Amino acid sequence: MSSIKIELRNEDVDFIKATCSKFNSDPQELINVLHSCQEHFGYLPAEVQEVVSGHLNVPVAKVYGVVTFYSFFTMTPKGKHPISICMGTACYVRGAEKVLEEFRKELKIQVGGTTSDNKFSLSSLRCVGACGLAPVVLVGDKTYGRVAPDDIKGILKEYEK
Amino acid sequence: MSKYSMHLLVCGGTGCHAAESDAIVCNLRDELEAKGLLDSVQVILTGCFGFCEKGPIVKVMPDNTFYVQVKPEDAQTIVEEHVIKGRKVNRLLYKDPLTKEAVSDSKHMVFYKKQMRIALRNCGFINPENIDEYIARDGYQALGKVLTEMSPEETIKLVKDSGQRGRGGGGFSTGLKWELARKNVSDEKYVVCNADEGDPGAFMDRSVLEGDPHSVLEAMAICGYSIGASDGLIYIRAEYPLAIERLKIAIGQAREYGLLGDNIFGTGFSFDITLRYGAGAFVCGEETALIHSMEGLRGEPTVKPPFPAESGYRNKPTNVNNVETFASIPAIILKGARWYSSIGTEKSKGTKVFALAGKINNVGLIEVPMGTTLREVIFEIGGGIRNVKKFKGVQTGGPSGGCLTEKHLDTPIDFDNLIAAGSMMGSGAMIVLDEDDCMVSMAKFFLEFTVEESCGKCAPCRIGNKRLHELLGQICEGKGSLADLDRLKNMSLVIKDTSLCGLGQTSPNPVLSMMDNFREEYVAHVTHKKCPAGQCKSLMEYIINLDNCVGCTACARVCPVNAITGERKEVHLINSATCIKCGACMEKCKFDAIYIS
Ligand SMILES: Cc1cc2nc3c(=O)[nH]c(=O)nc-3n(C[C@H](O)[C@H](O)[C@H](O)COP(=O)(O)O)c2cc1C
Ligand code: SF4
Ligand code: SF4
Ligand code: SF4
Ligand code: FES
Ligand code: FES
Repeated sequence: MSSIKIELRNEDVDFIKATCSKFNSDPQELINVLHSCQEHFGYLPAEVQEVVSGHLNVPVAKVYGVVTFYSFFTMTPKGKHPISICMGTACYVRGAEKVLEEFRKELKIQVGGTTSDNKFSLSSLRCVGACGLAPVVLVGDKTYGRVAPDDIKGILKEYEK
Repeated sequence: MSKYSMHLLVCGGTGCHAAESDAIVCNLRDELEAKGLLDSVQVILTGCFGFCEKGPIVKVMPDNTFYVQVKPEDAQTIVEEHVIKGRKVNRLLYKDPLTKEAVSDSKHMVFYKKQMRIALRNCGFINPENIDEYIARDGYQALGKVLTEMSPEETIKLVKDSGQRGRGGGGFSTGLKWELARKNVSDEKYVVCNADEGDPGAFMDRSVLEGDPHSVLEAMAICGYSIGASDGLIYIRAEYPLAIERLKIAIGQAREYGLLGDNIFGTGFSFDITLRYGAGAFVCGEETALIHSMEGLRGEPTVKPPFPAESGYRNKPTNVNNVETFASIPAIILKGARWYSSIGTEKSKGTKVFALAGKINNVGLIEVPMGTTLREVIFEIGGGIRNVKKFKGVQTGGPSGGCLTEKHLDTPIDFDNLIAAGSMMGSGAMIVLDEDDCMVSMAKFFLEFTVEESCGKCAPCRIGNKRLHELLGQICEGKGSLADLDRLKNMSLVIKDTSLCGLGQTSPNPVLSMMDNFREEYVAHVTHKKCPAGQCKSLMEYIINLDNCVGCTACARVCPVNAITGERKEVHLINSATCIKCGACMEKCKFDAIYIS
């Protein structure tokens, strides 16, 4: 669990309320509500989960249970440029592990971590469906294909500004 | 389509999309506009052509010219040469790897020759964002036929007679499933399309949804009519933004045309479809877990029975089918059960889509009749192994399947043969492995996946798979023993027997089949502490070749643990006990004196 404490602003609470209402405050829509909230806030801190819990009338433990069950949801903020390395089978057999290792070395963070300047975060995911380009790396929305460990410095440079 | 004399089809599938196919479309349109040709030549962004390896693809119709690895800046040449002067752009044509000759149209490419496209019939041919193009290729005719000429029972009988078995992995008869759902009387029923596609290395369903979303919508409506449901739900992974976008567009257009919604074709039948999003959990592909996830809960499987056909979404009868299963239905309805059942093997009818990936030349999406052999798929359609390496095995069925080898190459692929060979069809991912792949590491990779994705509800899967993973890890590090191999096997069998859902029941399959087919390799790891494929880092040894070393000291200076000793201008030596196998020395040596054994 993240230890970050945040203070939700009034408009943030309003946003969550409006989102819940959009889904008729139906507890069955919990996952859709969480998707919208994560899109808005970038992550799902405990404070957001509490508000969601109140408005959907679902115990906060259950909301937490759902957030932690699904790997798409995260409770820690991502970096400005989130880096995801595909570790699907096709990418794995074409050397994704070495690519991941190189990112770890360059950024000096582990998978799931964020650099201290909040610029990059590192995560791995499974098959983005571009196996023809394996190994695949995503930085934000941009896809890089046929990535070799030697390319990594160059990729990171693109975002150095 | 008649207004245009020529069509430029640009692949908008995920692979090509990632390689800037959007920019190709823009440039082509700009070029055409500059030449005043926009009225006679149409540029269409399609779904995946299947030949992702050589993407981005541009296909020119009507002459079937197939351009590969097109760059945005090639647009000008294509328009000036091909469109205006009628001359094919030779440098962009696909070159046959054997003859080295340019192949001018897709019909003559080995990749396509052996394929037969039913589920993918429209992928790469139509603009998935335009319902008119789907309709022009007989789209929604099957729905019309069913609603106006056939009773639900007749429809179910036709699907049953076709012999189609579900493409989501289980291989259960589609018609039989519909019949069960029809028999359960209820005021509300649901049709669910399983688009969770969690198997890493599989992109069949995604490509269907991106390339031909209407075929799935149409089939869901047909299913709704057959079982007596008026609500459809598509459970799709949030990681598939392009597919989601295209589905949304397709649903909107179908509603506009009155093909979804109230009183379709004036027949009194109503049916509508909404989307539900997954959130990154492989186990949610299992149908009971999927249903719980759609209800806003943790996606944990529950014991069957009750089957979804009795009590599913909101405790109502629910029919769950896979994307590819649905995509074939309209073709089956229009062409008939006899046509479909004439394709394939005795117990597996029709065609199957496979995602070919790994160490193969033609990574891509293919559809072949059931009964095609692995050899045909890998060495003909797939173009053989990359970089002239030796074929080692092919993993079918993803993390639930097994690894087949040389001796299985001539086995006709169908549901039952794959199971008999110790693997399974699964969703259709085929990962080809070559001599450089270590079968212990591979098994460990799949178990890592299972451990991560296990929902944790039952102990054999939660704890057992973790233990399997640990054991494999130890073997990779040279800390295993022969007894560990027996332990792996026994534990695997227990996990298979006692797990609650399909995930645990199949998770030991990769390690079991790999131990079976590559026993020597496992033995080499535990008794000789050697990794024959040279993948396991801990079992590698960095050695300095005495003949090449000039004693420049570069390696010794870079070694982080001071494992290298030697005087200047004298031969250096690596102390393998201290060496952490970081590889830094090898990178540094300018005299190629350091090698790995
Ligand atoms: C762990 C697990 C994961 C599964 N993942 C999928 C999936 O991603 N897509 C799918 O269609 N079926 C998946 N299935 C199979 C479904 O449970 C179900 O059998 C299938 O959707 C039924 O459709 P079909 O009869 O058309 O194959 C999975 C099953 C298990 C046990
Ligand atoms: S077998 Fe694994 S995934 Fe399935 S219910 Fe048990 S713990 Fe969950
Ligand atoms: S870098 Fe190469 S040549 Fe130089 S001392 Fe090391 S092994 Fe010998
Ligand atoms: S591989 Fe790394 S640890 Fe081993 S000798 Fe070379 S530099 Fe040192
Ligand atoms: S495995 Fe990486 S894109 Fe498919
Ligand atoms: S994504 Fe373009 S051919 Fe597959």
